[in-house]
Amino acid sequence: MSREALKLAKPKVGFYWCASCGGCEEAVVDLAEDILKVVEAVDFVFWPVALDFKVKDVEALKDGEIAVTFINGGIRTAEQEHIAKLLRKKSGLIVAFGACAHIGGTPGLANFSDRNKIFDYVYLKSPSVDNPAGIVPKEKTVVGQGELRLPRFYNAVYPVDQVVDVDYYLPGCAPPPDLVMKAVEAILSGNLPPRGSILSPDKSLCDTCRRKVTKPEKAVIKEIKRVHQTLLDPERCFLDQGVICLGPATRDGCGERCINANMPCRGCFGPTSRVEDQGAKFLSALASIIDANDEDEIKKVTDSIVDPAGIFYYYSLAASMLGRKVE
Amino acid sequence: MGFLCNWCSYAGADAAGSARKTYPPNVRVIRVMCSGRVDPEFVIKAFQSGADGVMILGCHPGDCHYKEGNYKALRRFHLLKRMLSQFGIDERRLRLDWVSASEADKFVETINDMVKTVKALGPIKVLPYQAALARETEGVQGGAEVG
Repeated sequence: MSREALKLAKPKVGFYWCASCGGCEEAVVDLAEDILKVVEAVDFVFWPVALDFKVKDVEALKDGEIAVTFINGGIRTAEQEHIAKLLRKKSGLIVAFGACAHIGGTPGLANFSDRNKIFDYVYLKSPSVDNPAGIVPKEKTVVGQGELRLPRFYNAVYPVDQVVDVDYYLPGCAPPPDLVMKAVEAILSGNLPPRGSILSPDKSLCDTCRRKVTKPEKAVIKEIKRVHQTLLDPERCFLDQGVICLGPATRDGCGERCINANMPCRGCFGPTSRVEDQGAKFLSALASIIDANDEDEIKKVTDSIVDPAGIFYYYSLAASMLGRKVE
Repeated sequence: MGFLCNWCSYAGADAAGSARKTYPPNVRVIRVMCSGRVDPEFVIKAFQSGADGVMILGCHPGDCHYKEGNYKALRRFHLLKRMLSQFGIDERRLRLDWVSASEADKFVETINDMVKTVKALGPIKVLPYQAALARETEGVQGGAEVG
């Protein structure tokens, strides 16, 4: 790792996006006036969303010349894999920024499908599509003016650390400004935790949740309700209300933005370090508090969960033990 | 892969052994203290590690050494089966059954039946991400040429 690149008066910084929505870029803007401190302290050399640098500008840099690159979004295309590898070579530190880079995020849910099914639906079958010629994207297209190329669209989404080595992770959809600022300060001061650390507290969300006092200790759920099917009590634990909340299987540090807006947790921070598979762990926790011992009654409750895998792996499917649909 | 509870099913398997009953050698037994200890992570790890079927055997309802561990197992089982089928893993590959310490015959029958089911379903292969990623660059993307 090139610590030298960090010692420059103005360390060089990159910011790149892969399979993501742009919300992580918003999170940088959410730093508000603090962003001025960041801009003053560093020199941006690559940030496609905000600044006009090209890939060849990055290629022209020496290996390790960028002190730190923040990558948001998982890897879905050949181009993203190529640039992630290029940035790895040119950067001292790579930080996986946000849920998608960290654990695949919601785009990773498409790992239950594959390229053909996705193209078929998105370009041909979706009710809002008007495509009588049945045109789908291809890697190579010959038109009058010559040959056009698109990067290959992969069958699955891969979290950044499955493609290149990642030094640090900033979890969240999107990472909250206080964690981003703390991370930037730690990097600039060189006061870094061990490599591979997730820059957020290693305990479960329930641990700090203000609704913890009403969290059920024993079986209480007789019926699973979706958020639009019930009036949500703004004080009571969601699980106690029969509403799925991924808090027990999710890492803390988000500031409980969803809980405070009276919405249950969907797990964007990923699991704590003791858990390998967030979805399986949540399934375990949820099944434990279903209040039924009779097989038919149990089935009635579990069958009322419309899409178990979809909700238990809302953000973490791509980083889960199975990772994608088994052929 | 078979997760057998220490108090009933493992003793049942032992009884089958002592009585020199024969059953297919395809099952790899792991003794757990209770069927309620079988975390869904264990089951998924078994499939990830190459198991083609997973069995959880526990005490009959009402007989759990820890009162209700087997009920917990039952609740997890129903939810996990549904979730596995979303992953493309046939739900018959996961089986939960009750075998008491005296039911050597039932143990043998259960193993026989499971082995038959899994053999009919054939093997499954969970690709590690490295292999899945390597496959991405093989072949050429489909679709007609645009004129």
